[in-house]
Amino acid sequence: MASIQLQSLAHRYSSAPDYALRSMQQNWNDGGAYALLGPSGCGKTTLLNIISGLLRPSEGRVLFDDIDVTDFTTEQRNIAQVFQFPVVYDTMTVADNLAFPLRNRGIAKNEIEKRVADTLQMLDLQERANDRARSLSADDKQKISLGRGLVRTDVQAILFDEPLTVIDPHLKWQLRTELKKIHQRFQHTMIYVTHDQTEALTFADQVIVMYEGAVVQVGTPQQLFETPEHTFVGKFIGSPGMNVLPCEIDGSEAIFAGKRISLDRTIENSTARFELGIRPEHIKLSSRDGMPLTVTAVEDVGRHVIVRGEISGAQLNALVESGVAIPANPSVIFDSSHINLYANGYRVGSGMGAR
Amino acid sequence: MLELRNITRHQGEEVFLDDISLSMRRGDLNILLGPTLAGKTSLMRIMAGLDKPDSGELLFDGVSVLGVAVQKRNLAMVYQQFINYPSMTVFENIASPLRVARIEKSQIARQVAEVAELLQLTGMLDRTPDTLSGGQQQRVALARALIKKADLVLLDEPLANLDYKLREELRAELPALFAAMGAVLVYATTEPNEALVLGGNSVCLHKGRVEQFGPTLDSYRMPVSLRSAEIFSDPPLNSVNVECVAGHLAFVSSHQKIGFNIVQIPDGSYTLAVRPHHLSLERVTSDDMEVEGSVSVTELTGSETFVHFSMEGNPWVALLHDMQEFSVGSTVRFYLKPQNLFLFDSNNALVEWQPAIKG
Repeated sequence: MASIQLQSLAHRYSSAPDYALRSMQQNWNDGGAYALLGPSGCGKTTLLNIISGLLRPSEGRVLFDDIDVTDFTTEQRNIAQVFQFPVVYDTMTVADNLAFPLRNRGIAKNEIEKRVADTLQMLDLQERANDRARSLSADDKQKISLGRGLVRTDVQAILFDEPLTVIDPHLKWQLRTELKKIHQRFQHTMIYVTHDQTEALTFADQVIVMYEGAVVQVGTPQQLFETPEHTFVGKFIGSPGMNVLPCEIDGSEAIFAGKRISLDRTIENSTARFELGIRPEHIKLSSRDGMPLTVTAVEDVGRHVIVRGEISGAQLNALVESGVAIPANPSVIFDSSHINLYANGYRVGSGMGAR
Repeated sequence: MLELRNITRHQGEEVFLDDISLSMRRGDLNILLGPTLAGKTSLMRIMAGLDKPDSGELLFDGVSVLGVAVQKRNLAMVYQQFINYPSMTVFENIASPLRVARIEKSQIARQVAEVAELLQLTGMLDRTPDTLSGGQQQRVALARALIKKADLVLLDEPLANLDYKLREELRAELPALFAAMGAVLVYATTEPNEALVLGGNSVCLHKGRVEQFGPTLDSYRMPVSLRSAEIFSDPPLNSVNVECVAGHLAFVSSHQKIGFNIVQIPDGSYTLAVRPHHLSLERVTSDDMEVEGSVSVTELTGSETFVHFSMEGNPWVALLHDMQEFSVGSTVRFYLKPQNLFLFDSNNALVEWQPAIKG
């Protein structure tokens, strides 16, 4: 496996005036699990295609282990890829499908048998080994696709492009944890593209959040949750996402809805647009203290209740544990250790209540 | 009101739909919940008149519609794959059902503007579908179904191909949208969390059979069968086989006794089940049941932890509300409150039970 470096990488499709990918500098470690996360159109698939060699970047270089591979074909880069939809030879058996990438590279027969057996077991497909792929369900076919990506151990990296999108929720849990186990066991360099935050956060050590062709934050799941560097990240991560509340600044205090919230620093007055970011998980409802909340909706989603409301025109969501009573005229109390301050969308310093 | 009476459909030996009877009122959202091949699409095709059942009756507002052609029924469908008219603008795509119904021009403009606003398509009305993202294209298809004011609206996993965040936004908005339509709404999904956000009523489908039909939250809280509980759990339901002998419960595989006694249930084999968020690292009451297992993998989301472990040979998962790493192979112990446990009999039906008072 290899480390991957992206040097001043950018891409513009020849027909388009705008950059699909804006200039970025990334250093990804050998053996790391990375997720590229963002909404459709953010450039994550373009970036993956550049790493796999399907697309040549219009600017910058791609390095595998310090070797410039920018002009290498996909084949020369020696990577494995798993796509959103199954890529399977219907007329071959399940076992032959898995063996195919190994036979292609002239691996010894007994070694092939061993790896195919391992992969079948990993994916719980042992009983289907000798069935033709044609007879399998869509879920099982996608398992074969995953297996073909994982069966080779000599690759530089394994790239996944939304591999679990078409999979049923229960199987998704199983395959996701299998991937995680495989990563922990073999320490492959893995890059996983998804729009699904749960998949990205649970899979990756480092999540690269993308928006409109730019990398807006690279961080651990915990960093993305606790200290989103941009309000976009705060909203994109979490269900519902972070509340973003317009505020004014007065020295070392922020003022929201007439309430003063002390900051850990003095902010110079400027024309910047200031906002407070606080997650629904860090808001408590009270019947006495705090800022009065005008409740607009209460959604019981089983595990917890989402209370949607408004304070001085700002939309705000709070999460309440299932079974906990919601006051008739609730007020909200912010957990001050979990508030971040944003200026023009970007987080100010280490925010407040820095940990 | 849409009524299905004893609808059955086979293909060869395979049973697609097995004796399905349901009543769905106007204005209510009815969710068909179940994994792929549970029968959701088969059932929708029969509701739409695209397929005929082998037996059974389908009535709309009390009148049989089995013989009525699809074109003659006032229904709208939205599929997982976005379907739009490629050569028409977004405006014309949305307006098309109104044009067919010969609605007045100014009315059309007003209604399209309203629906476009609702689905965040206002800035795109002059564009053609091929210049839109997948999410935008699906919103155009949704808008067309909404504007038609059909008596029956069938939505077959309409959000499945959309971004997670967009799905979340639309899920929050759809219930109000649906309520305003006054149609019989049927919405198929594989995702229990989607059903819970949308609310309404849920039909739990498993292998062509209705396991449970009722208010979504009630079905979630009080599943009548093991299948229904499983269908309604994401993360997956934890379950283990147990044996009851004279009020004492024990695991089948290890024969280890479970910490509390049960009254009022006959001896025999049962399945004990619990949802992942009801596992706790701390004991809360002395009646709490204790489970132990070896960790296979830990997933951290940044705010929560999923601990996967092996419990009496079964794959279990615990959902914890903070971040905690557990090393692979280590032993974890969790506590379960008796009131959060489900017990199912050998026919997979829910069993009413109570823990015996200690002392």
